[in-house]
Amino acid sequence: MKVSVDMGSCHGHQMCAIAAPEVFGSDELGNATVLIAGDIPAELEGKARRAEANCPERAIIISE
Amino acid sequence: MTDTRKPVESLLTDYDIFEPGFVANPYPGYSEIRESECPIAHTDRYEGSWLPTRYEDVVALAQEYEVFTSRGILVMPPPPGQAEGAYGGVAAPPITSDPPDHHWHRRLILPIFAPQAVAKYEQSTRDLCNALIDEFIDKGTADAAADYAQHIPVRVISNMLGVPLDMEETFTGWVRGVLENMHDLELRKRSRLAIIEYFLAQVEDRKTNPRENDLISELMNTEVEGKKVPIEYVLGVCNLMLVAGIDTTWSAIGSVMWHMAQHPEHRKQLRENDDLWPTAIEELLRVYAPVTMARIVDRDIEFQGCPMKAGDRVLMAFPAANRDPRQFENPDEVILDREHNRHVAFGSGIHRCAGSNLARLEVRVALQTWLKRIPEFELVDPSSVTWAGGQVHGPRSCMVKF
Ligand code: HEM
Ligand code: SF4
Repeated sequence: MKVSVDMGSCHGHQMCAIAAPEVFGSDELGNATVLIAGDIPAELEGKARRAEANCPERAIIISE
Repeated sequence: MTDTRKPVESLLTDYDIFEPGFVANPYPGYSEIRESECPIAHTDRYEGSWLPTRYEDVVALAQEYEVFTSRGILVMPPPPGQAEGAYGGVAAPPITSDPPDHHWHRRLILPIFAPQAVAKYEQSTRDLCNALIDEFIDKGTADAAADYAQHIPVRVISNMLGVPLDMEETFTGWVRGVLENMHDLELRKRSRLAIIEYFLAQVEDRKTNPRENDLISELMNTEVEGKKVPIEYVLGVCNLMLVAGIDTTWSAIGSVMWHMAQHPEHRKQLRENDDLWPTAIEELLRVYAPVTMARIVDRDIEFQGCPMKAGDRVLMAFPAANRDPRQFENPDEVILDREHNRHVAFGSGIHRCAGSNLARLEVRVALQTWLKRIPEFELVDPSSVTWAGGQVHGPRSCMVKF
């Protein structure tokens, strides 16, 4: 499983980083960054999905 | 005071966001509108407005910034003549800005409010919460709204701006004058002018006595395309910090205190499980979202079957959206570990609350500090709690005993 953020829709709610701080961070403006390049470790997959389900802008893309 | 307003005939065609019952508890009204065949209500009161109540509609509006503009963001029209009067050009960027200017108006302040940037205010916020509690802990009773919540954001903001803390009461009075007494046009005008004149004097003072590390000085020295930003921008942002950062956050903290006073089971859950805090704060913000914003329709348009005209005012009731059962299971229930929570307490789209990370920090620290010192408390008398509403919803007096 991989995650990415559509930066055109991300408006920096930071709810992804609240749900999955190991997977998402913040850039200098407060918009999302993805901290894990490549596959998300199995134990963090649940958190990553939770982040997706909490993003009000639906900016997080999960690909299996 | 006797209420002289004419009774509401039907919420769908005649809602009144300032009717005292609605101010205290707007949720049944939102729900009635949301579940009717016309989930976007209309009223002729206060020069007319539309009121969408479904999550999907509120979010769609917030996203369509070209049609639904930020030329007017208050739930009532501005006092007549304000734009032509003294400092008419001073607004509250970026909240009052539309693209393309919105982009740089927002871009310049975002770094101040990024999560890593606001983290440095955590300790000072905790200290000030503790100092407030020191004042009343021995009395066994306190007003959780007026003695506690109300003092927190104004002190945090004063500290950020670099203005003396003894302005606290004055700032609070001005902000309430702008946001809470919308029918008193003179008071609104006077409060707005007082804010602008105060910050103008602060700017002048910094020209002769430069300072470091305060937001006003930083703003004054900010350049866009090689030129210092205009003074209207500096004053506008200072104005915004007061009107967007104080009433809102104190209302959120107050509502959270009111909730916790009535829910020992939630106090216990938070005491026993540190991991619960992040989702708990989001859940409390969802249920007690304090802020309703407005938009002005740019051109005649049909939105979800409603014939909206250029110049119409549309209310974006984020508190209504956050309790839409189509989006949230058991929406009126506080579920501290709710898994799916795309709440829009901080709005949606390009105007997403720039201060949201600071606001979250303040709400969390205020509640953590209180629960640590006063783990058990309850309302003195549920019926004596008083509320503000309309633009910003939250308790203004909330006596608790412990
Ligand atoms: C719980 C507390 C708060 C809530 C619920 C809240 C809510 C909101 C909402 C709903 C918006 C969107 C406005 C719109 O769409 O027109 C907004 C915008 C904004 N808020 Fe907050 N706010 C809070 C606290 C703060 C604080 C503490 C600050 C700063 C000190 C702040 C600064 C701003 C700014 C700068 C904007 C404008 C962003 C833009 O237009 O690009 N807010 N807020
Ligand atoms: S929650 Fe969504 S909008 Fe917010 S920072 Fe994360 S990706 Fe961006």
